[in-house]
Amino acid sequence: MTNTTTVTPTRVYRDYGQPLWRRLLVNRESAIIVLLAVVIVVAMLSVRNFDNPITITYLLLDVAPILLIALPMTLIIITGEIDLSVASVVGLSSVLLGTLHQAGLPIPAAAFIAIVAGALGGALNGFLVTVVGLPSLAVTIGTLALYRGLAVGLLGTTAVTDFNEFWTTLAKSKIPGTPIPSITIPFLILLAIFAIVLHFTPFGRGVFAIGLSSEAATFSGVNVNRTKFILFVVAGAVSAFAGIYYTLRFGSARGDNATGLELQVIAAVLLGGVSIFGGRGALHGVIAGVLLIGVLGSALRLANVTSDVINIITGVLLVLSVVSTSFLFWLHKQRSQPRRIRRVDTGTPPA
Amino acid sequence: MSISPGTAGPAALELRGVAKSFGAVVALQDANLTVQLNSIHALVGENGAGKSTLVKIIAGLYQRDAGDFLLRGETVNFKSTAESKASGIAVIYQEPTLFPDLSVTENIFMGRQPTNRFGRIDRKAMRAEVEELFGRLAVRIDPDRPAEGLSIADQQIIEIAKAISLDARVLIMDEPTAALSGVEVERLFAVARSLRDEGRALVFISHRFDEVFALCDMITVMRDGEYISTDSIEDTSVAEIVRRMVGRDVTELFPKTVAPIGDVVLEVSGLSVAGLFHDISFSVRAGEIVGLAGLVGAGRSEVARAVFGIDRYDRGSVSISGTRVPRRNPVAAMNLGLALVPEDRRKQGLVVDSTVARNTTMAIQRSLVQSGLLTSTAENAAARIWASRLEVKTNALDAIVGTLSGGNQQKVVLAKWLATNPRVLIIDEPTRGIDVGTKAEVHRLLSELAGQGLAILMISSELPEVLGMADRVLVMREGRITAEISRADATSETVMYAATHASETHS
Repeated sequence: MTNTTTVTPTRVYRDYGQPLWRRLLVNRESAIIVLLAVVIVVAMLSVRNFDNPITITYLLLDVAPILLIALPMTLIIITGEIDLSVASVVGLSSVLLGTLHQAGLPIPAAAFIAIVAGALGGALNGFLVTVVGLPSLAVTIGTLALYRGLAVGLLGTTAVTDFNEFWTTLAKSKIPGTPIPSITIPFLILLAIFAIVLHFTPFGRGVFAIGLSSEAATFSGVNVNRTKFILFVVAGAVSAFAGIYYTLRFGSARGDNATGLELQVIAAVLLGGVSIFGGRGALHGVIAGVLLIGVLGSALRLANVTSDVINIITGVLLVLSVVSTSFLFWLHKQRSQPRRIRRVDTGTPPA
Repeated sequence: MSISPGTAGPAALELRGVAKSFGAVVALQDANLTVQLNSIHALVGENGAGKSTLVKIIAGLYQRDAGDFLLRGETVNFKSTAESKASGIAVIYQEPTLFPDLSVTENIFMGRQPTNRFGRIDRKAMRAEVEELFGRLAVRIDPDRPAEGLSIADQQIIEIAKAISLDARVLIMDEPTAALSGVEVERLFAVARSLRDEGRALVFISHRFDEVFALCDMITVMRDGEYISTDSIEDTSVAEIVRRMVGRDVTELFPKTVAPIGDVVLEVSGLSVAGLFHDISFSVRAGEIVGLAGLVGAGRSEVARAVFGIDRYDRGSVSISGTRVPRRNPVAAMNLGLALVPEDRRKQGLVVDSTVARNTTMAIQRSLVQSGLLTSTAENAAARIWASRLEVKTNALDAIVGTLSGGNQQKVVLAKWLATNPRVLIIDEPTRGIDVGTKAEVHRLLSELAGQGLAILMISSELPEVLGMADRVLVMREGRITAEISRADATSETVMYAATHASETHS
């Protein structure tokens, strides 16, 4: 009998179907990075004071919470789920930090408790999604209200503002000799961890597989529920950390801190090329997406454009980015279709 | 029988040179089918021969890429199933889709209920027409009972009644008997014959030659998306048809070699899930291919899922070489050397939107991690080895799996699991929907793997495959194992008998 394993096949398997430059340049992430570069260059040339170092400092201080939360959000959206409760966790963590500090706890201890609370909030989301089996959209709309309600309920309409100056200064500090804020350092550490986990581990491969087909992932030994649960817990913890930064930076713990931030995070993630249907996306695109929204807002504010107009522009940009994906897909299909029919027609002998 | 498949006048249904492709996959190349009024026409071919695609074109679900489609001599271009229905074509599928909470009568008139002069639904008229219909078809089903709980056979009869009430002139039955018992098949045939004698044209798709030869007047054979032949049923024989379907002698297709049989590797005992299967016990030895036969819906795939840990089970145990496999834990099962090539390749076997490399290495990612990192380089290297071993036809490892042909997709699924170096391979419908050439390759591969000491449980609905490949055949019917037949005793008759008649066959 012929032995399939000993027959040497003549077929050569190339790693990639397209040359390196095409794979690197012709994709969604590169498009966003190019767009970001163009916006930065145009803003530098045409907007007064945009090239001032202080602009960069404030820009990064402003987008830091979005950058932080975008990391776990990217992974969650790639699995095909969503977490709308992140901004409420920011609020809850802010209030916990404030009240615990007021009660006499030092900042590090209060921050630790706030992060644990955030992780627990994420665990509740994860439990409802994976064990109870509810859709994450519904679950996190519910916990969005719940966590925000707890935050406002704990502190009422008052604010805690008497934070130790050491911590509030630290939150606003810059890396010595640069205009870059210190918060960038923990962000870069987290970014490295998330990038490795998403793009260079079996766990990350599982995240993509779940988003493309959770059934096939299950049949291949991916623990779908465990993966999703972990992601929700991490999203809660990172959101709580962002809440601590937010509180110290403004020196104010309030129940309504960061209201609506979840939409900015999701908008930036989608703009960065992550598919809302799951299974597709990369972190460098997401970072560019967050920065693009930040730079655009900052430049337009400096050019004295009102905030409603800025909102309209970001909204249009987001819709266009989502539409363009579908449009490109449609275009691709249109282009491949006629070729197929022609081939079949000529291959059919007359009956 | 007073049939005269009239050659005078235009045919009821005629397709000439029909072609249809899905992306790179050519499903139909040159399909022909001519069905006369007053006749029952068999359409046969292996799975993947293009029968279903052809039926879907007739039903208006797909549009043909090329060729002619004539109905009573006139060219038609159906854009939807509604247009096809309106032209008098009805398709009865293997598993009918009725509204379970509505009555039989309401199901028959769904979407076109007759109304009285106040615009209200005229229940009396509906009821009367159904009684008249059932009388004509000589069926006894209570028109007022809900559809829920009706047997598949009764549901098919209701679909047929619905078609007749729409005055369908052409009825296409796609494997209607796959899940029916002997008595039910006879009743369905009686209905089919009376419809033929009323002057309608019927197309009957089936894998069971005894039924085809008992019922049909004409027979068309398809293979690999192409038309092969059309004959009057008296002018041909089963052997001849099989030879045309396969395109070569059947023995060649199943290169079963005798492998030394070793110790028991997979041991399943008393496995039960309420409502799905009951008290399933069997074992598979190293080097052995055990066929698991039975009708669609007998519970075979459900057993495979439970064994692998996808689904939970109520009672029983699964062990591999004496080690108990934990419940509902596919990862643990994989680590013990169990591999499952599932039934639905596109949904369960593969992440179709991912690449060949990612799919091939999906079950072995953990072993590819080097100094904490999993890189594409390591994945590609492993994928290349398996792609060339199984001769997967793709030019790049980053090709999206969904763009490959069915046979090559199946090779990728096999590669994924063989890469785990399993001790037990459960393979569910190994060759469903793949071309004949690749089919033989898959069979040769399975034989070879058994020769190397792998224990294989092969679930298959294709009898020739089971008979050709298995050392031992287990037959399931309605959630129970009803027979265990040795290779020597396994024939289509013994297996089919055990699959359809439970009570008499405890061997």
